[in-house]
Amino acid sequence: MDLYGELILDHSKHPQHVGLREPFGAEVHHINPTCGDEVTLRVQVTDGVVRDVSYDAQGCSISIASTSVLAEETIGHPVSEALETYLAMRRMLTSRGTEAGDPEQIGDGVAFAGVSRYPARVKCALLGWTAFTDALARSGEDISVVSDTTHSRT
Amino acid sequence: MSAFTEDELARIRADFPVLSRTVRDGRPLVYLDSGATAQKPWCVLDAEREYYSTHNAAVHRGAHQLAEEATEAFEGARATVARFIGARPDEVVFTKNGTEAINLVAYAMSNAGAPGAVEGADPEVAARLRLGPGDEIVVTEMEHHANLVPWQELARRTGATLRWIGVTDDGHLQDPTTVVGERTRILAFTQVSNVLGTLNDVAPLVAAARAVGALTLVDACQSVPHLPVDVTALGVDFLAFTGHKVIGPSGIGVLWGRPELLAAMPPFITGGSMIELVHMESSTYAPPPQRFEAGVPMAAQAVGLASAVDYLTELGMDRVHQHDTELTAYCLEQLAGRPWVRVVGPAAPADRVGAVAFTVEGIHPHDVGQVLDDRGIAVRTGHHCAWPLHRRLGIPASTRASFSVYTDRADIDAFVEALDTVPGVFGMTA
Ligand SMILES: Cc1ncc(COP(=O)(O)O)c(C=O)c1O
Repeated sequence: MDLYGELILDHSKHPQHVGLREPFGAEVHHINPTCGDEVTLRVQVTDGVVRDVSYDAQGCSISIASTSVLAEETIGHPVSEALETYLAMRRMLTSRGTEAGDPEQIGDGVAFAGVSRYPARVKCALLGWTAFTDALARSGEDISVVSDTTHSRT
Repeated sequence: MSAFTEDELARIRADFPVLSRTVRDGRPLVYLDSGATAQKPWCVLDAEREYYSTHNAAVHRGAHQLAEEATEAFEGARATVARFIGARPDEVVFTKNGTEAINLVAYAMSNAGAPGAVEGADPEVAARLRLGPGDEIVVTEMEHHANLVPWQELARRTGATLRWIGVTDDGHLQDPTTVVGERTRILAFTQVSNVLGTLNDVAPLVAAARAVGALTLVDACQSVPHLPVDVTALGVDFLAFTGHKVIGPSGIGVLWGRPELLAAMPPFITGGSMIELVHMESSTYAPPPQRFEAGVPMAAQAVGLASAVDYLTELGMDRVHQHDTELTAYCLEQLAGRPWVRVVGPAAPADRVGAVAFTVEGIHPHDVGQVLDDRGIAVRTGHHCAWPLHRRLGIPASTRASFSVYTDRADIDAFVEALDTVPGVFGMTA
């Protein structure tokens, strides 16, 4: 079925940057209580740049692949850019199939456009991303751009 | 011979309007999620509509004809539901769902310790309800969260200790006598596991509890929809089930309790309709079941539930059970031919009721469910509100196909056919 495109399958079978590494500024553990998916995620930020995102995840292919794309799209990028990428992912995922996503901004994240047609799966695709923003906040970064009133419906 | 002939089953299916709809771009709905909630026959929908369009009024309130009729409809429904489980009407309490029914008992037990909990209650019976530090509450490792979390909370509030009977690798309960002991005050267990499908043998559980004077509560949410259940034959002290799984409406559940216990139990929700006398300082309570039904009750749902159990009674619960066993056997047989599928729970169809949960080698249940859904097949994925059980089985989640009276072999064929496409979607070979 078309939800599971090549990119999602690749990322879920070979998650990028997987594993928990040192050093890290904050570590968080997020779960999706409806299905039991879990992710432990660490971030390391210096001089406003995401130096590392490392994780240990257990879950469906959508959540694993999405976390893999997250690491790929944020490592080496300034925090402000990473948050923009998160916002773009979230907008696409909660668009109920109306937004295809911009590959310039979210890279392989465009592979998840189909997920937005399945409201029950949006949470899976966002699990790693919300853990990431939480970890940024815990390591002292300002994430107010993503925590405004337009919070996702997940 | 099958429980239902093909003609009978076709007629049953025609009674459930939702089964004729299509999903996901015109595919016929194959509904295999009745364990989560069952579909409703026309008679249930008609009963609710008839109640609202002709008798609607506030039950037990008002001096007019409609109020009388509404009260009669509600109490008539109680009598029907009571008969269905071999009970007397005044032993049957209507609750919001099965979860609330269990909470009602757990809260009665924690409130029983408060001074003056129930005026005039038999002190010996009231003492059986009280518990504190040193006392034990026993559950099992296969409980739905609804029959686990309320007991964890009761333990926390009272200082009692929560213990549990383990689950064997083949999905049965371990010997209860190794856990149930002198300190046990209540044993709460499910009659049928919503994941493993295991039909627990109630007799040894009740015997173990009785031997030490402990109370028993059976979670019958997954048994009442599929097999004849008689409270006297079970020998338990409390039984809880939920309306929406018995092809009845949502918003209604049932607690059955032994009358002497109900009489000594303090209410968990208080307010109108459950009182005897009210003064500014304090009040006295109505006898059961009204004591536990504060506020205007769910009359339409009660009428709908009565219609649902009448429908099942008409089919005959023995045949309903046989039909379920046939479906279970057929489903297990189909899955057994697929080595990449691992079924959880007992191997023998006779030991199981209502559901077949499984995992697929290398593919997360969510992904399995998604591919099935794309073909119009509705199953449940996740931990099915039995997270500790999944941990015990060493799996994060499972996929579950579950049945009801309207389920047929064609549903299972469609399910298995779609299941065969799953490994391919993820680049594996079936
Ligand atoms: C075994 C079991 N117990 C309790 C419940 C709770 O039922 P409800 O959610 O309707 O309260 C369920 C179903 O959800 C169940 O399967």
